[in-house]
Amino acid sequence: MTDAMTDGQPPLLTGDGRDGMMGPYGSRLLHGWYATGGAADLNEHLGRYGPPPSPRSTDAVDRLVRAVEDAGLTGRGGAAFPTGRKLRTVAGGRGTAVVVANGMESEPASRKDEMLLDLAPHLVLDGAALAAAAVGADVAHLCLPRTRQNQARALREAVEERQRRGLDTVPVMVHELPHHYVSSEETSLVRWLNGGDARPLSTPPRPFEKGVGRRPTLIDNVETLAHLALIARYGHGWFRSAGRPDAAGTTLVTLSGALRTPGVYEVPMGRPIGEVLDVAGGASEPLGSILLGGFFGSWLPVDQALRVPFAKQDLASLGAGPGAGVFVALPARACGLAEAARVLGYLAAQSARQCGPCRLGLPAVAADFADLAWGSPDPRLRERLEARVGLLAGRGACRHPDGASRFAATALRVFAHDARHHLSLGPCAAAGHEPVLPVPDTVVPDEREWR
Amino acid sequence: MTGIVPLAAGPSPLWYATRAGGTVALVLLTATVALGIAVGGRYTPRRLARFEVSALHRNLAVLTLAFLAVHIVTAILDTFVHLGWLVTVVPFTASYRPLWLGLGTVAFDLLLAVAATSAIRLRMGQRRWKTVHWLAYAAWPVALFHAAGTGTDTRLTLQLALYAACVALVVAAVWWRLYRAGPGRVAMRLWTGVTAAAVPVVLTAFLSSGPLQPGWAHRASGPAPAATGAVHPAPAPTDDAGGSE
Amino acid sequence: MSGTHSLGIDRIACDGYGLCAELLPELVELDEWGYPIVGSAPLTGQALGHARRAVAACPALALRLDRAQHRAPDRQSPQRT
Repeated sequence: MTDAMTDGQPPLLTGDGRDGMMGPYGSRLLHGWYATGGAADLNEHLGRYGPPPSPRSTDAVDRLVRAVEDAGLTGRGGAAFPTGRKLRTVAGGRGTAVVVANGMESEPASRKDEMLLDLAPHLVLDGAALAAAAVGADVAHLCLPRTRQNQARALREAVEERQRRGLDTVPVMVHELPHHYVSSEETSLVRWLNGGDARPLSTPPRPFEKGVGRRPTLIDNVETLAHLALIARYGHGWFRSAGRPDAAGTTLVTLSGALRTPGVYEVPMGRPIGEVLDVAGGASEPLGSILLGGFFGSWLPVDQALRVPFAKQDLASLGAGPGAGVFVALPARACGLAEAARVLGYLAAQSARQCGPCRLGLPAVAADFADLAWGSPDPRLRERLEARVGLLAGRGACRHPDGASRFAATALRVFAHDARHHLSLGPCAAAGHEPVLPVPDTVVPDEREWR
Repeated sequence: MTGIVPLAAGPSPLWYATRAGGTVALVLLTATVALGIAVGGRYTPRRLARFEVSALHRNLAVLTLAFLAVHIVTAILDTFVHLGWLVTVVPFTASYRPLWLGLGTVAFDLLLAVAATSAIRLRMGQRRWKTVHWLAYAAWPVALFHAAGTGTDTRLTLQLALYAACVALVVAAVWWRLYRAGPGRVAMRLWTGVTAAAVPVVLTAFLSSGPLQPGWAHRASGPAPAATGAVHPAPAPTDDAGGSE
Repeated sequence: MSGTHSLGIDRIACDGYGLCAELLPELVELDEWGYPIVGSAPLTGQALGHARRAVAACPALALRLDRAQHRAPDRQSPQRT
């Protein structure tokens, strides 16, 4: 509260959330989990954070948007785009806006959205309602994968309870979408909500211009909305009290691989990656590399990665980004090429098969990689593979080929030594070992499975 | 075949222009359709670039329209049969062979829609444009039957050979396209193949039971009486009698 | 700012006909499967005229001229969570 007071503007409106401002270990979103070890129902949620403000006047709305801008909140879904700017753009669009909360989490190595929706559903729903108020939307859609039916049911009940108590000013619809890798892409959500396939669309127009029902559409990751719900209560100064000036607040991370206690954690932005891994008990065996950002991310050699702060600016210098806070620690004993080949096979199968580079280029890259990992590749493979990888980026309607390209390019760089070994001597012993990175079944979705 | 008519009043050059224009338009339309199919099937000849095939398709289409204009304008200006301007756009209103001439109007209307949408293709979007463009596949057989049913020259061997060549070209193009098509949409491909194969069969049956039989001119006149106050005597009887093929 | 155009491709619409590479060999290359590779360099003068004709010639209507002056506020990667 004190920070909110010193912001130079009155607090927006807040409940008696003093003790809700920060939980153990600096946790904010996971405060309730640390307090009770369970999911927070509406009473517990209101008890902890107080009722959400409901900005009705244009002045209050403007202050809310300004608070989000000043807080420096960035999207937690992977793009790290400034949320305040997005709010303003959608609010200024033509026509009544629509809010979409993206809880799809199609990234197989990420669990944080699922966890957040389980443990603190009302923070997300508060955030959706506040975002709707901020952009003048008359409806909010919450998109979940079809694979989590229990969660969808629980959220529908939560929405109903909030409606009964008059907490939400706009209707909130809970949807269950096909669970394919590219179905979490924002244009996929728009297309599905408009009655089509959960497959990406060509842009322009981008959803903030013409999205659901051809109206300006704000699409935010559910964690982003949960942060927004707290910024609305406690102000931007409070939000900035964690993290760095250029990487503010806390973020949820999914830590897995060779760590002592893998799981979902909340850490301040800007922490060195080594310290982030220590939150999960640190390495359980000698590490070789870190996969940052999951199947959509970048491989980093461990000696380089541990010192780098987890912030957009610092990661950019390594060709990486914070993504959705996915960290996989790969032990030194594992074969990175085999791990990467499995993931690329999955990504190739999971493309929407709409654009040439994804339909033809990505499977070719995956096949080359498999050859490199397990086959007896010819010496020209590496050159061809690098050329093919380079040609994926920027040549799809969505960023699926870009992510796959980055993943493959960083794998070739980080595992260059292994690649030389494989090229000259054939697959290493570890290539046949049990995978470290869990990769879902590589099945090509049927045409009808996109609806 | 119209041997008697010239004796009666001297043939109007317009009438010859109508017939020639129609025949050339049919040949051009056939070439345009075949090239359109070639573009869709990514035909890559050794000597031509793909954009040249594409450009040829477009240019021949424009040329087709030009010859159609000649065909239609001369038919109306000519006094051999009385046709009003309405006939150019509203099918089956002609006094002369209303059904068979009406098919020509239908084909013309379809081609106008195809041409107009192609002119604004960039603005109307690919999907809508393509939907309309498919009408060209309907226009071609309609035009063909218009030619066979109305055409004064249908009984000429050369003319029949021309029709045969046109049909062969388009059917071959369609089959080539189906051969190049990937898997999937089996029902669609099957129907397209059957439909394409049916065109020559139906046309042959029609020709042998209709235009190539005596009395066709009379029958083709349909419900409308043969004598419609035309300046020339109704050509029906003479047409058959003097059918010099 | 009116002169700043660049080539854009609707990747979903593009079917790899390859006409663009024939018409604009200096601007468009094809990958090994026949799909275009274009740069984002601004087009001016004669190149712009040629590009306009190529746009009109694309059988899939996938080639377009993007106005470079207006930058979309969030040309961002997808929500990938």
